[in-house]
Amino acid sequence: MQYISNTEKDKQEMLSAIGVSSFESLIANIPKRLRDFELKIPVGISELELDRELDETGNRNKNFKYYIPYIGAGNYDHFIPAVVDRLALRGEFITSYTPYQGEASQGTLQSMYEYQSLVCELTAMDYSNASMYDGASSLAEAALLALRFGERKKILMPETVHPEYQAVVRTYLSYVGSEIVRIPMKNGALDMDHLKKSLDQNVAAVIVQHPNFFGILEETQEISDLAHRAGAMLIACVNPISLGILQAPGEYGADIAVGEGQPLGNSVSFGGPHFGFFTVKEALLRKIPGRIAGMTVDKVGRRSFVLTLQAREQHIRREKATSNICTNQALCALKGAIYLTLLGKIGIKKLALLNLSNAHRTYERLLKIKGVKPFSDRPFFNEFAVRIDKDRDALKVSLKQHRILGPLDLGKFYPTLDSSYLFAVTEKRTDQDLDQLIRAVDR
Amino acid sequence: MSKLIFEKHSLNNASWLPKLEELEAVILKRIPKKYLRKSEPAFPSLSELDVVRHFTNLSRKNFSIDTNFYPLGSCTMKYNPKSLDSIASSTSYTQIHPYQDEEDVQGALKILHEMQFFLSDITGMDEFTLQPAAGAHGEFCGLLIAGAYHRSKKQKKTKVLIPDSAHGTNPASAALCGYEVVQVLTNGRGHVDLKDLKSKLDDSVVCLMMTNPNTLGLFEEEILEIAQCVHGAGGLLYYDGANMNALVGICRPGDMGFDIVHLNLHKTFAVPHGSGGPGSGPVGVKKNLIQFLPAPRILKEKDRYFFEKSAPHSIGKLRSFYGNFGAIIRSYAYIKALGTEGLKGISENAILNANYLKMKLKDIFEVPYNDFCMHEFVLSASSQKKRGVKALDIAKRLLDHGVYAPTIYFPLIVEEAMMVEPTETESKETLDEFVNILRRIDEEIDKDPQKVLNAPHTTPVGRIDEVLAARQPNLRFKPPQG
Amino acid sequence: MIETSKLRYTQTHEWVSLTGKIATVGITDHAQKEISDVVFVELPKVGQSLKQKENAMVIESVKAAFDIYAPVSGKVLKANDKLKDRPEFINQSPYEKGWLFQMECTDPKDVDSLLTESDYHQVKESAGHH
Repeated sequence: MQYISNTEKDKQEMLSAIGVSSFESLIANIPKRLRDFELKIPVGISELELDRELDETGNRNKNFKYYIPYIGAGNYDHFIPAVVDRLALRGEFITSYTPYQGEASQGTLQSMYEYQSLVCELTAMDYSNASMYDGASSLAEAALLALRFGERKKILMPETVHPEYQAVVRTYLSYVGSEIVRIPMKNGALDMDHLKKSLDQNVAAVIVQHPNFFGILEETQEISDLAHRAGAMLIACVNPISLGILQAPGEYGADIAVGEGQPLGNSVSFGGPHFGFFTVKEALLRKIPGRIAGMTVDKVGRRSFVLTLQAREQHIRREKATSNICTNQALCALKGAIYLTLLGKIGIKKLALLNLSNAHRTYERLLKIKGVKPFSDRPFFNEFAVRIDKDRDALKVSLKQHRILGPLDLGKFYPTLDSSYLFAVTEKRTDQDLDQLIRAVDR
Repeated sequence: MSKLIFEKHSLNNASWLPKLEELEAVILKRIPKKYLRKSEPAFPSLSELDVVRHFTNLSRKNFSIDTNFYPLGSCTMKYNPKSLDSIASSTSYTQIHPYQDEEDVQGALKILHEMQFFLSDITGMDEFTLQPAAGAHGEFCGLLIAGAYHRSKKQKKTKVLIPDSAHGTNPASAALCGYEVVQVLTNGRGHVDLKDLKSKLDDSVVCLMMTNPNTLGLFEEEILEIAQCVHGAGGLLYYDGANMNALVGICRPGDMGFDIVHLNLHKTFAVPHGSGGPGSGPVGVKKNLIQFLPAPRILKEKDRYFFEKSAPHSIGKLRSFYGNFGAIIRSYAYIKALGTEGLKGISENAILNANYLKMKLKDIFEVPYNDFCMHEFVLSASSQKKRGVKALDIAKRLLDHGVYAPTIYFPLIVEEAMMVEPTETESKETLDEFVNILRRIDEEIDKDPQKVLNAPHTTPVGRIDEVLAARQPNLRFKPPQG
Repeated sequence: MIETSKLRYTQTHEWVSLTGKIATVGITDHAQKEISDVVFVELPKVGQSLKQKENAMVIESVKAAFDIYAPVSGKVLKANDKLKDRPEFINQSPYEKGWLFQMECTDPKDVDSLLTESDYHQVKESAGHH
């Protein structure tokens, strides 16, 4: 299949107009030995065949329509109302270019401004950019910002932060002359005594994930106060849905608040594309990475939107840029904005309550099963860990038989926690789903 | 005036959510009060109809490939086939979790694994990682790999060589890795100046980052010698794949001697630009660098796909999970649909369209480089400037004719530069119409210059006050006090 | 009106006004024209020590960012905070209202290496700006 618009006649006319007899004359300057190869990719197929093949391949995936996901750990199965995709997949949004030419992109730019505003309200922070690649890289960029801001070189990283996020921060900081200090966990949250001992004059920032990787709520206010007293920044990595009822990072004094935006209107999609949100307090505005849309006027005074503060970015500062990010995750952020608009003030709270309620009822029923024990006694949002003293393989078989996907075996990331499991429960889980889960575990 | 969602008001009770089965007060008892939110977010209140109308009308203010011709040099704004969107939206691919057991996602793993092979085949490299989310992310990845390679040989390298005509992400990515950026001069034809390169190559060079064809759309004829020089000095050769649309099926960076390659799936491989993302920036390497690729790699044994369990020399992870799967699957389907001849057809038609357009525009604009170009070429509006109108003004006037302007003022080595890339999906008819429009604008410069200087006139807004936007940043809606 | 002939200059288009050990620094009219509308300045920290030719601060326009270099070695005494709200002073009045910062010059030899107005004219004739 091809997507060419030129007919053979067109091509001949074009070649004559250029003054050559064949296409090869146009690339005669390419060394002959570079032309000597054969692609092994098979011949092209029609759209009909493509559909059929991708359908067949897709059938080898167990998806949420027929299986029940109780797995989260950074990506969550939330309900996405039909309006989100209908709007975001409009050709004028999805096939539009980066809005460098403002006059041709007011749709994109205004929606970016609205996205930025919504995220600021949700997080109670002062400014937001127009999106980063994902939660993990946003966190890494936040750490870089804190290191660049002053002379301090240490980042405090709790063990309760998502292990993949920890890995990404390590990779990003590989060459920045810094030290990542691990704060171990205690009772499912970061160990406060250890935090206090580690806070010295060389700490640039303390990172806290809230709820943390285990779904547990951290002592964010206390951590914030401790960090600031030591002259360090607080970087909060948060779950956007939880902010419908949980204290927002701006309320407990976070200097930078980041997180994974996937729960806002983006399907799980095997891990991507999603978007990372990145917000800061006023003092850090000029250090924020990524694109930002601003409101201004045109020359006759009409309200207009434009990419602004570009002097921080790669295409201008080059090696002195705040980041190297160019293409971001605009369409995913747009879905987030539409989703938040559809939720409104009432909806974001209601959604958070649904999640909290479902998760806690699931937890209570699981604990009634013999062999299931608490992992921690701390409060949680829509995700929790429990210890299950049953044969791991037998449990796995039972879960499969009952069409349950997940939970996450924590031994995957924490070798000492290999009989503990992480369950995520969203507003999509029904009573029937819960009954099925209980049957699977209570075998 | 274009109203914001915050400035409109109608009923929103989120009735699309299921009802709460318990009372709010009961639910909240499960969390101690100190963890609860103190203030409510000042979200808009809009009914579903108003949300639909708001965003639909916003979309109609945009230019897009589906509505307009975008001859944007270096961006490869080709048609984004709808079949790809449809496949990527299938439940089999959107409703799967990255942490499901391997045997439950064999379809997804097959796509990732085959995609690694497709891209290796097209570029002549040995293996690919699909993790990076965009080109710049890919560059960062590639540079980390280069650094890991040199460290494994116990060699301390500190410099990255980048041509002065390079895209801004190149030096920014190098700086992220803590490398010193050294510029290599390009000559009057935009080619890497071999003499200058040789003078700057020493044993402290990590790599030379470059693209081929160069930013003027001209094939780097000395590439084999460049590769030899760089390798001879102990450095690696890095390919910025932004211009890959010129080479698909014709020649391969791997064969030219490149050690590391990044591609932009949202350029060459038809993933939609999405108004600025998401894209995908896979990175390919030669055999000796495979051990440094980000973890986890996707492997295959017999008919089973699985993740590599341990990778002690890997540079680590650049993002959570495995990559922008939704973008990757679109390119995968695209490559399958096109097949070998279709892939070759990309560059053949891209190069034909570009040369045709260049030949027809020669009468109107100065063409600094008269050789056959590849998929894009550069014009200069310097003679128009002498008549009182600049490239910027022409770009704005094009908007009135429904054409998005070519890339302007890049590369910096050409005065009043306009970089044009038609791509292979445009018809001769569209190209001829584009030429006519430019001719009309050129005539306007003498007959009615104000029309051009004050353009655009028909877009939703006119020229925007960017100075005000930067001096008095207004970056979010703030609800009125009280 | 400032007498530009009484000032000294650098290759990188900064001007310096010397009173004993105190050096007031700004950018020339030529430079502000090249930069065009200034939108933001990142001023140096008071008390900061700078070496001659070291990067002291940044001036941003919409489309570009420009490094400003210390013309002499020394300590920063004052920075023109008014520029935070009125960055346009640099364009409107580069030699008076648009002054950038003041330094205490620690090495008198540095002053000798600065250019006179006629030297600076030569610099302007040749290449563009930094």
